[in-house]
Amino acid sequence: MADSIQMRVTRYDPDRDSAPTVVTYDVPLRKDWAILDGLNYVKDHVDTSLSYRWSCRMGICGSCGMNVQGEPKLTCATFLTDYAPGPVRVEPLTNFPIVRDLVVDIEDFMEKLPRVKPWIVRDDVTVVDGEYIQTPEELEEYKQFSNCINCMLCYAACPIYGLEPDFIGPAAIALAERYDLDSRDRGQRERLDVLIEKEGVWGCTFVGECTRVCPKHVDPAGAIQRYKLKAAQENVMAFLLPRGAR
Amino acid sequence: MVSEGAAATHDVLLVGGGAAGLRAAIAIAETNPNLSVAVVSKVYPMRSHTVSAEGGAAGVIAEGDTLDEHAYDTVSGSDWLCDQDAVEAFVQEAPRELLQLEHWGCPWSRQPNGRIAVRAFGGMKNMRTWFAADKTGFHMLHTLFQTSLKYGDVRRYDEWFVTRLLVDDGRVHGVVALELMTGRIEVITAKSVVLCNGGSGKVFPFTTNANICTGDGMALAYRAGAPLKDMEFVQYHPTGLPFTGILITEAARAEGGWLLNKDGYRYLQDYDLGKPEPTPVLRSMELGPRDRLSQAFEHEVEKGHTIESPYGPIVHLDLRHLGEKLIETKLPMVRELCMQYERIDPVKELIPVRPVVHYMMGGVHTDINGATPIEGLFAAGETACVTINGANRLGSNSLPECLVFGARAGKAAAEYAASAPQPPSVVMEQVDDEVRRIDRIRSGDRGTERIADIREAMQSTMEDSAGIFRSGDSLSKGVDRLADLQQRLEHIQLSDETRVFNTELVAALELANMLDIAETMLQSALQREESRGAHQRTDFTTRDDERFLNHALAYRDSDGSARIERLPVTITRWPPGERVYGR
Repeated sequence: MADSIQMRVTRYDPDRDSAPTVVTYDVPLRKDWAILDGLNYVKDHVDTSLSYRWSCRMGICGSCGMNVQGEPKLTCATFLTDYAPGPVRVEPLTNFPIVRDLVVDIEDFMEKLPRVKPWIVRDDVTVVDGEYIQTPEELEEYKQFSNCINCMLCYAACPIYGLEPDFIGPAAIALAERYDLDSRDRGQRERLDVLIEKEGVWGCTFVGECTRVCPKHVDPAGAIQRYKLKAAQENVMAFLLPRGAR
Repeated sequence: MVSEGAAATHDVLLVGGGAAGLRAAIAIAETNPNLSVAVVSKVYPMRSHTVSAEGGAAGVIAEGDTLDEHAYDTVSGSDWLCDQDAVEAFVQEAPRELLQLEHWGCPWSRQPNGRIAVRAFGGMKNMRTWFAADKTGFHMLHTLFQTSLKYGDVRRYDEWFVTRLLVDDGRVHGVVALELMTGRIEVITAKSVVLCNGGSGKVFPFTTNANICTGDGMALAYRAGAPLKDMEFVQYHPTGLPFTGILITEAARAEGGWLLNKDGYRYLQDYDLGKPEPTPVLRSMELGPRDRLSQAFEHEVEKGHTIESPYGPIVHLDLRHLGEKLIETKLPMVRELCMQYERIDPVKELIPVRPVVHYMMGGVHTDINGATPIEGLFAAGETACVTINGANRLGSNSLPECLVFGARAGKAAAEYAASAPQPPSVVMEQVDDEVRRIDRIRSGDRGTERIADIREAMQSTMEDSAGIFRSGDSLSKGVDRLADLQQRLEHIQLSDETRVFNTELVAALELANMLDIAETMLQSALQREESRGAHQRTDFTTRDDERFLNHALAYRDSDGSARIERLPVTITRWPPGERVYGR
């Protein structure tokens, strides 16, 4: 194994640059090193101005998503050796405005998320009554959708979101479905009202990239399909019955 | 320069958006909806370090379990250094808080009949640890975050780094913060402030803690004149993966995992922790408390019974006998982490582990409602030291601690804000002073020292001087080395001149925070001439209740050094006794 690898890293300084550039760094190629370890090596030893987000370094906080060799990845869970002999391209996540270097602006998602009401909609039971009964089978119904870490890889992979920024997007829809499928929740109607709109599920042409890139094996594409079915049934009902009768 | 029209104003300001901060925010939004509440955090809330907690959250719910037993386990686990009134409140309120999380949608693992499932945990006499597979912190954090979105009036300042508390005449008035996206320095005023910004594991080189755990809240309070309590007590978790320091949850042992030395021998039986049985026994062997297990590892190293690895000595955690089905349902993240970071499958292979810095028992001194000695200033979660943890925290007590004391501190801060008069206008000298400090670092033309060099020197200093075993000699040397590093910090060179998202500036400010609290840890350790819980002195090997059944309070002196005072421990029902495990 060679003892170093080239990382070709996007740099962008909004104060000085009119467009992003690429800078190549040589970093040690070590068996245990993730892409993130390579970036940390650059920051500590080569160029201290390189900017990127990271935190937990165990694939759960969702901070360190970047495009690696063109694919959205968690850089703490993607290893340099998988790209040997290199070079390996590290770019900011696509489909988001670049703030600086590898940092992107995710405010669009932060504004969209509350719209799908990602919380339990129900107020007929109080805590003193004890826990809601939920069997392991009922838990299994929504569990995979609850594993979303909001890392934004699915938005970076989604060609629709790239073309239609109003599209509410895979992670938010997966979280809507997570609560819809939760036996404790009563908010399906309210969420459908949001997702039945044009920027809801209808934008999706079922490319399936979101599910493919998800590092936590969530299936947003599946959630979107289920919503389309619900929305289609709703539209048929709307055609047949006045709203008050539904 | 402070930008024009900066001073945003709120009634209550929560600094930190992890479990404690979000629980506090929701508590205030529910009980005092008329108050203006804001959460300021240097990361988006769902990135907070709560997300990494794995094993579970303790709260009495199972039949046959009692609040008294949870309290006794916590008190004895703490080596009698906790405050028992706080522990009694904690065990009483924890189940209700965990139920509240259930009602908010936390996907707690269940029994076949649909009721909450509980598992065993280290140092706990009964099964009382609620869990969401082995991603408990992740699920709790996202449940809290998503639920907080219901309260649209809670204002969030995401990716704002608080650098200073504004305190005048013994009362907090707000904060100065750096908005990362623009690089602007802003003032946010508030009638009360709650520090909920987590622990400080990054003062050590090998830690489970995230990059963000730099003790910011502790440093803010300390510089503002509040004391830090029991800072000498640092928890080493016995099972971290070598190199990355990624945590392998205690739940792996609770489900039946064994710790083996190089001979495949369950060595804990040699350290007064009980006899090896094929299935887990509560408060025994692998289910002993974390301090005792990490100390046993060090003894195995001395005896030459550990295995050499490129990252130091290790032992093995053996889960193979548990079988694939149990590992997949109860410990899926353990398997995922092992496959990803060690490229081994624990269903078939041994997991290499070694003790790793995990948790700070110490923190900002508060009373049972999270109040600090500074009027209007509160703290909760790992930043705070109430203390229910004393000299050693039990696994699965920290998540419910964030909930119970987050809610308490939130409510207390809201009550204070509801009745407190409007703070007088901001003391501009303090703001100017802070702007000068940041600009001086930012201008970066002071010298040649590199942030990474000083940080690494600090981390190795802490490991060498204040590791699992310490001595007066090692601690004194550490104090001298830290003083030297404080000098070097004055001469750091920043190369990043861009305002937008300047992570080098943040790293410099975090390093300054860490150096300050590192000193309080060493001074507190130096002056505790006994061995208790996680604080083991090779020159004072026994517990000394006569002199040290009390808390250490570290105050910052005018020359910047730490001054230690002592505060009695509150004992209600459990007089100091022997910690007995496995017999």
